[in-house]
Amino acid sequence: MPGFTGWLDTPAGRVARIGSTLRLRDHFGAWKARWGIGRMSYLVPPGLYAIGEPRPEDPVVVTANYKMSFDIVRQALAGRRLWLLVLETHGINVWCAAGKGTFGTDELVGRIQATRLPEVVNHRRLILPVLGAPGVAAHLVKAQTGFTVRYATARAADLPTYLDAGMVASAQMREPTFTFRERLVLIPVELVGAIPLVLAISVVLFLAAAFGTGVFTPSAGWTAVTAFFGAVAAGVVATPLLLPWLPSRSFAVKGAFAGLIWSFLLYLLLDGASWDSTTTLAAFFCIPAVSAFYALNFTGCTPFTSISGVKKEMRISIPAMAAAVAVGALSWLTDTVIKLLS
Amino acid sequence: MKHFTYLKNVSTLNLDQGACIGCGRCIEVCPHSVFRPSGKKVAVQSRDLCMECGACARNCPSAAVRVSAGVGCASGLITEWLSEIRFFRGTRSGGC
Repeated sequence: MPGFTGWLDTPAGRVARIGSTLRLRDHFGAWKARWGIGRMSYLVPPGLYAIGEPRPEDPVVVTANYKMSFDIVRQALAGRRLWLLVLETHGINVWCAAGKGTFGTDELVGRIQATRLPEVVNHRRLILPVLGAPGVAAHLVKAQTGFTVRYATARAADLPTYLDAGMVASAQMREPTFTFRERLVLIPVELVGAIPLVLAISVVLFLAAAFGTGVFTPSAGWTAVTAFFGAVAAGVVATPLLLPWLPSRSFAVKGAFAGLIWSFLLYLLLDGASWDSTTTLAAFFCIPAVSAFYALNFTGCTPFTSISGVKKEMRISIPAMAAAVAVGALSWLTDTVIKLLS
Repeated sequence: MKHFTYLKNVSTLNLDQGACIGCGRCIEVCPHSVFRPSGKKVAVQSRDLCMECGACARNCPSAAVRVSAGVGCASGLITEWLSEIRFFRGTRSGGC
């Protein structure tokens, strides 16, 4: 059990006490999860935990059983006396689990009963992360258990300020941030997720480009693969990092723009003036389309995109991407056939 | 979040002021300050900041707020569409 320091006896049985200091193993575990290694089984057992030496009157903070969420919360609450109620979200963070409904009313009500929380504390108040609100109906929790839900902050780091201010959250504390660093840490798992499709396409692209001239030319294959990798990187890495500075509200447009920059870079680096029309078309149509696709995929990682907006973007941009790739691919195909026939 | 605003005029958020009891839960749960107090009721002040997470509707005791809630995630939607095609059935989501 991560952070286990001993047992605390309560009227409802013994409760595990946990420390607030993260060890090397916790940091390494978080790093691995960021790279998608064992991420779906990075969890702690749901239930009630004690931070410090909590008494019956001390507050109850609710979180998810994704170990990274659990670690961030217990670290933020260092030096305090609190009860931590961990819900079974199957190792998913609060925000995503609330969207799926696992961080939800039924689980919260069930967990209150399973842990016999009413016997442990002498008050009827719960503190929930504000990003858990999409899954939990506070009035139903109140009706079914007698516990009043207070939605606190978006970030665990603001919890101490919230508690010290008498459980009042400013609008700023409720609002999720999306800083450069917060965007940066999301990139590894996106990269890892992109690998299978990118590798499959790279093999096809390499063979097509290398054999396209009629004679096997590996250098042509490598150039095509490099151009493709750059297009993926423009969508997966550059777009998230440059998000506030890329033009348009649409992620697909932002991605296409990042891809277009890569097209121009290639044109400058690889003597674009000497390219045939096919290569030029492929560079300026296919690359932005690929980048736009991967940029669009980043919408799910952000705390501000809506499903109606994403659907609208997809309806317009996916046919546009398909058309752009078709222009590049068809011109290449025509060119190759002409070369092979002549 | 001042730098980040998504597409305009897409949100399905709808507030029935007649049914609103002015409890302010929606103001408390909204991460993007879409609502504001308006007399003894609540009003929508910035619809375009709504990300349709559904927290307001789920926590409204008088069902005055309605929104077609979901997660604004393109890869999730693509996975969902693919799973509807028989060939791809069994495809799992990214586990977000």
